[in-house]
Amino acid sequence: MENFDYKINDTQKLGLEIIKEASFDDRLMTLSVGPQHPGSGHFRFVIKIDGDYIVFCDPDPGYVHRGEEKMAEYRTYIQNIPHLERPVIHDSTNITYSYSLAVEELLGIAVPRRGQFIRAIASEFNRQIYTLYWLAIYGIFLGHSTMFMWPAGDRELFIDLMEALTGARVTHAFNIPGGVRNDIPNGFKERCLRQVSYFEKRLNEYEDIFYNNPLFRQRTEKVGILTKEDAIKLGVTGSVLRASGIPYDIRKVEPYDVYDEIDFKVQYLKTCDSFARSYVPFLDMKESCYIIKQLLDKMPESGDVRTKLQSNVKGQSGESYKRVESGRGALGYYVVSDGSPKPYRVKISVGSFRNILALPHLLVGSKLGDMPAIYWSLNYWPVEADR
Amino acid sequence: MISKISENLDKWNSRQFITTLNDDNISQNKKSDNLKKFPKEISSIVGDSKIQTSKTESSLLFENSVIFKISSKFDSKIVVEFVKPSRIKIRVDPANIIEIAKFLNHELGFDHAESVTGTDYPKDNQIEVIYHLGSYLRDDLAHLVLSLTTRTDRDEARLPSLLPVYGSVEYHEREIFEMLGVYFDGHPRNERFLLPEDWADIPPLRKEFHIKGR
Repeated sequence: MENFDYKINDTQKLGLEIIKEASFDDRLMTLSVGPQHPGSGHFRFVIKIDGDYIVFCDPDPGYVHRGEEKMAEYRTYIQNIPHLERPVIHDSTNITYSYSLAVEELLGIAVPRRGQFIRAIASEFNRQIYTLYWLAIYGIFLGHSTMFMWPAGDRELFIDLMEALTGARVTHAFNIPGGVRNDIPNGFKERCLRQVSYFEKRLNEYEDIFYNNPLFRQRTEKVGILTKEDAIKLGVTGSVLRASGIPYDIRKVEPYDVYDEIDFKVQYLKTCDSFARSYVPFLDMKESCYIIKQLLDKMPESGDVRTKLQSNVKGQSGESYKRVESGRGALGYYVVSDGSPKPYRVKISVGSFRNILALPHLLVGSKLGDMPAIYWSLNYWPVEADR
Repeated sequence: MISKISENLDKWNSRQFITTLNDDNISQNKKSDNLKKFPKEISSIVGDSKIQTSKTESSLLFENSVIFKISSKFDSKIVVEFVKPSRIKIRVDPANIIEIAKFLNHELGFDHAESVTGTDYPKDNQIEVIYHLGSYLRDDLAHLVLSLTTRTDRDEARLPSLLPVYGSVEYHEREIFEMLGVYFDGHPRNERFLLPEDWADIPPLRKEFHIKGR
């Protein structure tokens, strides 16, 4: 095995030396980026620059910390669903998915097969919704207004589908322990196929206008290199990991519900730069369209969509750790039960919190102008990281 | 049909492949040893009741083989709390945790920590810290999550930091420091992270901290 002992890397060491040397000449400038959303989300990081180069970076999250984990201890398993989806409202089906899986294990409930398919369809829709939103912001922060307008508009396709499916546009509270809240409406399959086929055509246009845009390529290619070794050492996940050449996707390595019956490929790139990190979610969207079509095809025509639960259902005492692949990578829930109707401890292990460790690593040594390209490529959602 | 960037991905296709691959590696003797040594029933830490694993014994062979590797090196230093499909939980003493974590990282291939969780158990007057470890490089271990657990006294919560072994625990341990008040020896910054700068109360994830009005 290779040895991945943790130590400050050479760039960061050099950064600290420059700070020592430059502070004598008063050369350094300290900048506070955020938290008022000048390209950072509700998140602040302090950077020190020497001329054009960033020599120090210290993330300071917590501006949208809501205490979800504490709140979960005061509510029953079912009452927890609507507030646990708040950290990522764009990806609310995925963030309640692993919670449902963990609670199902504790309560010993099985999910009907049709319910499993509807769950998977809804979570693929949410993956598209989240990724399009992220892509829109990535576009606008690199000054590409079209890339803000197009994904924000096409996102409506999936939001409309989710609205038809769940009744709510953004926060669905759709996944519940035991299945999904309601069955699909009439004519949903045809509508889905129509809209997904249209969206697949649009994706090719995205590639032309955004990913093949020479300006975008210049700003992202060979910028913010996160090598495979560093990616493992820092424990990053999701698109950031897959852009560093590691084909790791929870849907493949530990398939949950019906994902072991679905044919798809784990999308990954080996260039390790910001371009790869922005392109992997795009490839995921393409693959997700393919998955949605298969799910619609294989879904049983009729059947239950959820197992009926008793009111204030109690679990056996024990613990469960379940994870799913969300729009930002592995999303795990660690739930401890003491046999009462309320969980004893809920820990949300989110992809954003893991990926942000790579930010100081990547920013130190790079130019100030590269900051938005690096920051947004990390697929970081501040609200999710703060919980 | 859609994807172009795919090579060598067949081995990712199914976990069945992974399990059979490893079953072949284990000799028959070792199999029976493992089954004797580790109980199939899970004793829970919170309550006294027991949880039965739903899978049969044979499907846990891979998990048991991993435990065998650990326990053959650190025989009495580890306590196996449970073995479930793709999940293993072992409890160790704080004094041995760095040594065992180094073994898990460098020898067994658990190369990153997914998450670190602290749980308060006022009944036992202890705080439990769990490191959920996983592997990116080893295909056969990819589905497995190993929970490395240790406990510390509530009144003087102090544990050695695993930062020298797992770089990815840096922010997680900082979070546990502020949320549960566990001081990590060897961590460069036992400081506020998510809570407000002017937070003037006990660590909020301790059980005696109550949400206002509840």
